[in-house]
Amino acid sequence: MDVTSETRLDGNAAAGILSELFVPDLTTARATCIGCGANRPLGALMVYASGMGTVMRCPTCDAVLLRIARMPTRLCLDLTGAKLIVVGT
Amino acid sequence: MNDGSVSAAPRTAAIVWQLATVVDVIMETPTARTIILDVPHWPGHRAGQHVDVRLTAEDGYQAQRSYSIASAPQDPRIALTIERLDAGEVSPYLTEVLAIGDRLELRGPIGGYFVWDAAREGPLLLVAGGSGIVPLMAMLRHRAAALEHADMPARHKVPARLLYSSRAWDDTIYRDELARLMAGDDALDVMLTFTREPPLRWTGFRRRIDRMMLAEVAWPPAERPHVFVCGPTPFVEVAASALVELGHDPALVKTERFGPTGGSV
Repeated sequence: MDVTSETRLDGNAAAGILSELFVPDLTTARATCIGCGANRPLGALMVYASGMGTVMRCPTCDAVLLRIARMPTRLCLDLTGAKLIVVGT
Repeated sequence: MNDGSVSAAPRTAAIVWQLATVVDVIMETPTARTIILDVPHWPGHRAGQHVDVRLTAEDGYQAQRSYSIASAPQDPRIALTIERLDAGEVSPYLTEVLAIGDRLELRGPIGGYFVWDAAREGPLLLVAGGSGIVPLMAMLRHRAAALEHADMPARHKVPARLLYSSRAWDDTIYRDELARLMAGDDALDVMLTFTREPPLRWTGFRRRIDRMMLAEVAWPPAERPHVFVCGPTPFVEVAASALVELGHDPALVKTERFGPTGGSV
């Protein structure tokens, strides 16, 4: 097992930082991966987190769906890898 | 697609940092302590959710960690059970220094994905490694409170099994409460496995959780149990892949990895 896999968390671990950006809980929203088209709740994505930010990857193809960078006075969100995010049923 | 999500009213207000007051502390094991908190504006939580805790040093340096809620939603006070990590930046303070009357900055409840509601019928399978028991204990406490006055047929609509791996008997968090819960409920089974020092004359499992153990403990995949796995990252990955190999629907196997520092984001 490599170092990266030891630090891997679930999408649920990003719920706090996501709550700084979105009012509805995004971990139950479904996201479509731009890499492979897999569709699953954000809570089921893989999270790689550090002090500088959070990266959420597809467990199927490892593509990056979402990046959040934390800087002293702002948060930056990159959603390029999430083709569609659906909140609600 | 049925992913087993619990429906709940969408959150309509932002989650904000607030000050909680420590009203009690309970030593659970030599390294784990439960902190009972009074949170003035607590909106209520669901079993499996967590809070973010933020500590600020005098020089302004901040450290933030996520901790699972151990108490049932029915309990007005919030319980967090925290395992001390030897090289930890936050957990030694929370487990050794923080005292009754102290205040703590937190935000929550957070995360609607790794949650279980007793209104959802069907078997509940919980797989815990070490302090991964904490959010699963919230589910068992929630189930016990919801079924407090239920008859046997009602209990058997939500049967539950817990497979809990710890190093030794002394490291087993909530062991007395688990025994009590199981004694009073024939639809609940608690199975322990010890990876280092099993108690004397222990006849149960004495190894790390593996596929064979899960096959023995879990309901058949055709019964579609709701599965929650929580523990250190390598533990969760072994258990979750074994369950999927055994035929469980990946959408019904929800995981919460702790990572090296207890899930800080």
